[in-house]
Amino acid sequence: MDAAEKEEISVEDEAVDKNIFKDCSKIAFYRRQKQRLSKKSTYRALLDSVTEGKESTRFQIINEAAKVPLLAEVYGIEGNIFRLKINEETPLKPRYEVPDVLTSKPSTVRLISCSGDTGGLVLANGKGDLKCHITANPFKIDLVSEEEVVMSINSLGQLYFEQLQIPPKQSRATKENEEDTSDDTTQENQEELGLWEEKFRNFVDVKDNGPASIGLDFSLHGFEHVYGIPQHAESHQLKNTSDGDAYRLYNLDVYGYKIHDKMGIYGSVPYLLAHKLGRTLGIFWLNASETLVEINTSGDTEPAVKDALTQTGPVAVKQKVRSQTDVHWMSESGIIDVFLLTGPTPSDVFKQYSYLTGTQAMPPLFSLGYHQCRWNYEDEHDVKAVDAGFDEHDIPYDVMWLDIEHTEGKRYFTWDKKRFPNPKRMQELLRSKKRKLVVISDPHIKIDPDYLVYAKAKEQGFFVRNHEGGDFEGVCWPGLSSYLDFTSPKVREWYSSLFAFSVYQGSTDILHIWNDMNEPSVFRGPELTMQKNAIHHGNWEHRELHNIYGFYQQMATAEGLIQRSKGKERPFVLTRSFFAGSQRYGAVWTGDNTAKWSYLKISIPMLLTLSVTGISFCGADVGGFIGNPKAELLVRWYQAGAYQPFFRGHATKNTKRREPWLFGEEHTRLIQEAIRERYTLLPYWYSLFYSAHVASQPVMRPLWVEFPDEVETFGVEDEYMLGSALLVHPVTEPKATVVDVFLPGSSEVWYDSKTFAHWEGACTVKIPVALDTIPVFQRGGSVVPIKTTIGRSTGCMTDSPYGLWVALSTKGSAVGEFYLDDGHSFQYLHQKQFLHRKFSFASGVLINSCADKRGHYPSKCVVEQILVLGLKKQPSSVTSHSPDGKAQPVAFTYCAKTSTLNLEKFSLNIGADWKVQIQ
Amino acid sequence: MLLVLLLLPMCWAVEVKRPRGVSLTNHHFYDESKPFTCLDGSASVPFDQVNDDYCDCKDGSDEPGTAACPNGSFHCTNTGYKPLYISSRWVNDGVCDCCDGTDEYNSGIVCENTCKEKGRKERETLQQMAEVTREGFRLKKILIEDWKRAREEKQKKLTELQAGKKSLEDQVELLRTLKEEAEKPEKEAKDQHRKLWEEQLAASKAQREQELATSAFQELDDDMDGAVSVAELQTHPELDTDGDGALSEGEAQTLLGGDTQTDAASFSDRIWAAIRDKYRSEVLPTDLPSPPAPALTEPREEQPPVPSQPAEEEDEEEEETEEEEGGEEGEEEDSQVPGEQPKETPPPVVPPQTASPTEEDKMPPYDEQTQAFINAAQEARNKFEEAERSLKDVEESIRNLEQEISFDFGPNGEFAYLYSQCYELTTNDTWGSWAGPDHDKFSAMKYEQGTGCWQGPNRSTTVRLLCGKETVVTSTTEPSRCEYLMELMTPAACPEPPPEPPASGNHDEL
Repeated sequence: MDAAEKEEISVEDEAVDKNIFKDCSKIAFYRRQKQRLSKKSTYRALLDSVTEGKESTRFQIINEAAKVPLLAEVYGIEGNIFRLKINEETPLKPRYEVPDVLTSKPSTVRLISCSGDTGGLVLANGKGDLKCHITANPFKIDLVSEEEVVMSINSLGQLYFEQLQIPPKQSRATKENEEDTSDDTTQENQEELGLWEEKFRNFVDVKDNGPASIGLDFSLHGFEHVYGIPQHAESHQLKNTSDGDAYRLYNLDVYGYKIHDKMGIYGSVPYLLAHKLGRTLGIFWLNASETLVEINTSGDTEPAVKDALTQTGPVAVKQKVRSQTDVHWMSESGIIDVFLLTGPTPSDVFKQYSYLTGTQAMPPLFSLGYHQCRWNYEDEHDVKAVDAGFDEHDIPYDVMWLDIEHTEGKRYFTWDKKRFPNPKRMQELLRSKKRKLVVISDPHIKIDPDYLVYAKAKEQGFFVRNHEGGDFEGVCWPGLSSYLDFTSPKVREWYSSLFAFSVYQGSTDILHIWNDMNEPSVFRGPELTMQKNAIHHGNWEHRELHNIYGFYQQMATAEGLIQRSKGKERPFVLTRSFFAGSQRYGAVWTGDNTAKWSYLKISIPMLLTLSVTGISFCGADVGGFIGNPKAELLVRWYQAGAYQPFFRGHATKNTKRREPWLFGEEHTRLIQEAIRERYTLLPYWYSLFYSAHVASQPVMRPLWVEFPDEVETFGVEDEYMLGSALLVHPVTEPKATVVDVFLPGSSEVWYDSKTFAHWEGACTVKIPVALDTIPVFQRGGSVVPIKTTIGRSTGCMTDSPYGLWVALSTKGSAVGEFYLDDGHSFQYLHQKQFLHRKFSFASGVLINSCADKRGHYPSKCVVEQILVLGLKKQPSSVTSHSPDGKAQPVAFTYCAKTSTLNLEKFSLNIGADWKVQIQ
Repeated sequence: MLLVLLLLPMCWAVEVKRPRGVSLTNHHFYDESKPFTCLDGSASVPFDQVNDDYCDCKDGSDEPGTAACPNGSFHCTNTGYKPLYISSRWVNDGVCDCCDGTDEYNSGIVCENTCKEKGRKERETLQQMAEVTREGFRLKKILIEDWKRAREEKQKKLTELQAGKKSLEDQVELLRTLKEEAEKPEKEAKDQHRKLWEEQLAASKAQREQELATSAFQELDDDMDGAVSVAELQTHPELDTDGDGALSEGEAQTLLGGDTQTDAASFSDRIWAAIRDKYRSEVLPTDLPSPPAPALTEPREEQPPVPSQPAEEEDEEEEETEEEEGGEEGEEEDSQVPGEQPKETPPPVVPPQTASPTEEDKMPPYDEQTQAFINAAQEARNKFEEAERSLKDVEESIRNLEQEISFDFGPNGEFAYLYSQCYELTTNDTWGSWAGPDHDKFSAMKYEQGTGCWQGPNRSTTVRLLCGKETVVTSTTEPSRCEYLMELMTPAACPEPPPEPPASGNHDEL
């Protein structure tokens, strides 16, 4: 559900009313930085102030405008990461430093300082292959890797730091800081600069702390491709920003957001990746206040690309001279705290980032199945009927969802007694089919003294406070509401306790949670969110931490679900708002999209961007939340969604019903087919999530991640890799009869997953498509584990047999991994109850071996089918060798036309060591 | 062991030995002594490959008892309840689908055999349903009878009405003729009356002109010689014809028709007409009459424009004016407004102080004779209209009856009693169609084109009909926005119950 029916507050229209939201020109700190930077007052480092602490090297920086110097700290962090912090040495009061995002205090490595030329300082890591060259005047830091300057900081002199001041009233009283304000005294100027007060529409933001914004520039040498900083309905590769059109990071509830727009929507990850041949970098700007990012790529790009195609090796060096991308970060408040991730490979950068913010939580298996949602399933009867519909049409699904209407007047943790008189009985019905229920729980709490959650929170002062000191009150679904202050550990602890089975009446262990409206959405607030001067735990203003509010709710919810199971079960929590690190708590979706082809198409780059910024478990509402999709669009969306990590059909209140069987037999069959493909590939999905969980590798990968040395892949966003084995090119155009699929890699071979036709890589092929075609290609050299029979839910498929798709590389080999555990508990972690296998094929022998000896998990499942693609010659015999050394002939069929070998009647345990020999 | 031995023969007595998941009707396809041929004929495999957990047949028929085939069917006997086919993929998936639990023989879970219990419940429900159906069907028969009777009555009424309509039509025709006959003398008399009046007007106008000419002649004839000469004419420079402001001799002569002078008679006959518009009297230089007003001018044409008023009022006024015209002209033709008296004079629509037509512009009242014709014609008109109205009423009744009789009230008219009844839920939808599935069209009704929803579709309602003893709405829901679903219990939806089962006890198959 979401921001429809905002009653008189906003128009329930498909198009977003952009006037509700700010553009850069309406943001005072943006105007201030632009104005001040045009005057150029450069900072210089005071090198005589350098002190080398245990963890960091500190020195002062100063410019003419600043009376007091700033303190800069450079840290070396494990895994080739640098951290730069710049703060006031003794601020008037402490400035906000974002807590709880870093998984732990990152281990520092000692940097060796060797004074460079005069007027400089060099800090090197232990090996000496990474160095920070600090130039004193003007202040600048160059990041040098193996003698190549890959990044410069403040080389454009955009370092900006507003030091906290005494409010003008007081200062006038004391008559001390007259000079400071003397040039900004006119009323007009005051308004323009928005120092102590900022107006927007009919809202006035009174800033008790005055101006406190910060900014810094980064020049990426030789880079033309930058990615990340979700969430925007934009292309995967970040675009150059023109004046006044920066990427905005400010979590907002934007119903039916406009696509190809840089406005901020539901979530923010202030993390940017840059990639060029030979190197990937990351810049993680740890700041939770409103943030703007300007991108400017310059340089002669054409020749570099051509060079790259024809040469190898020194290309990177050549490129460096030619192109550069400047990234300018600006935040409204807080401190400068930035992590420089030096790669050098995409995979390294993913590891470095997850070292800081954590990896994707291992999802319970059911959550990788198909989710059926609607605002709203009316009552228990409706739920029963929809559930039965799936069985009747033999369509697998795992999770039934209930939106806000399931509650008693939008009082979360309650049930509408009329519609849902017996929620436990309803859950028993779902449980009997091994299915789950997800219900919504939003952060706004209806103001109603008789509502226990409200009364308790009120009594204990658990709500965000307003500027005047009372509980903040805003309008959301239930009407006037207060908002839980999830930034407080005590509030989180209490909120978590609400999910205990004994507290949450009508809940059972198959009930999981969906956090919506947690930007937070406040219908009558500025930009539909909370006033920036609302007060949180620790007396921090909302402006300091706005972007992390939703993160905290999901954290508390996930913790609550873990606690209710006494720490045993993995939770599933979907959130709309998110921040860096949200991957640790569950899944994210792209909010209120629209049933249009363009939104289907943009879902791919949006999810790719989330994926490379750590959030692997992401998806877009299948069918489009707003509006009524035609059957063709719905089918195509199911086909695309089946190959995206979080797979949920959802629709808003005023749409027509669109359960998969309501569009005629043919379309029902096509949707059934798409969902079944999802379930067929579940073992592969689950293994990929394990890899995301333990090895930080995204599940859904842009082509450049898998093919970092191929420039042609850097801008591709209409297709992507699922893991390293499958290339997916969803059909996103109406009435398509053919799609152009780019198959990368000159030494690669690709197999059509249905027809087994194959192509050599580094070419674009025209693939004819019918309405039942999902263009999916298996990369030669990979083994993909699948399920050979599809049950009605993941739980019903636990014991069903496996198959292996072995696609041979040009060299006739293939490798793949497989992960299995109980699918729901933490025993994989605490008791090492898991199975991690490796399949490798070489010289005609397929070997199933253990990939991680620490894990033990007995499974009675067998591999019953093995499909080998790209076997050039018909084998004379196939023999299996079981763990006890017994050799047995295996029946097979070989198709010369497609070079496909199919091993039948195969029955060897998935968890056992065995091999199959093809002669 | 003894128990098993004892039980086995009993089981065999009921259960025919067949591979797991095969129904009795299909068991002859599964002959242990022969290779098994897939039911679709796609392949043939040794019999020991039936239910060996590997899918050989495209149609899944070799694995009815395992989950190996994606498209197989598993049959459960469900002794005590109803036999059932389930997807073979649901075999051993940990979910009890068959009440006898036979689908979960190797999944580690134990399915209780609930067939007896389900059978008992089902029988109870069936009994209740049967009772409801019996009673409902009894009521339905009454409804059908009622409708049959009502329909016959309506049919009779319809026939009567149709007969009555014929004679009414004749009467209307007769009255029309009479009316037209009465209108003929009326028209003649009125035309005559008007003609006389118009002649009078023309005569008086000619006379006025003559008087004017005479007085002008006298004025021009300065020397009173009974003739107007060129020189005399030249005293009136306003008669200048070439625009130079003076009347030259030549011009004057031209005006006089080429002569040098003219006498009174030819002046008024020939010359006056040419100069009257320009001629300025010496006595009353401004009081020259304007061109004569047409005889039958609309009174308002000579009046100042109506002061501007709100549009609505203006419209009303215009309508009013049209009506007035209609009233006046309607004397000659069939009056549009039945029973309206012809208006002799329009009511004053403007304040009386503004100029009104001169006395002689008014048509004099009809003479007695003409008025008598008018009255007679009016009476004929009234009678005709009255008859025509009755005919329309009858036609309307016939239409309604025909509609009701031909309306689809179900196969036997059992739904007729719901016609024009109101059952709660107000959405202003109008009847659409029967909306049940093809085999059971009368199980649902669709009402469409209701009040529009705000930013949504027009409201529509589907009414699902269930067999019941009473007519009552049991539930209303809104599965999609502004699309309502209503469940209505009604005896009319009750099917004919099967014949009473023989009163044999102890049967446990359903």
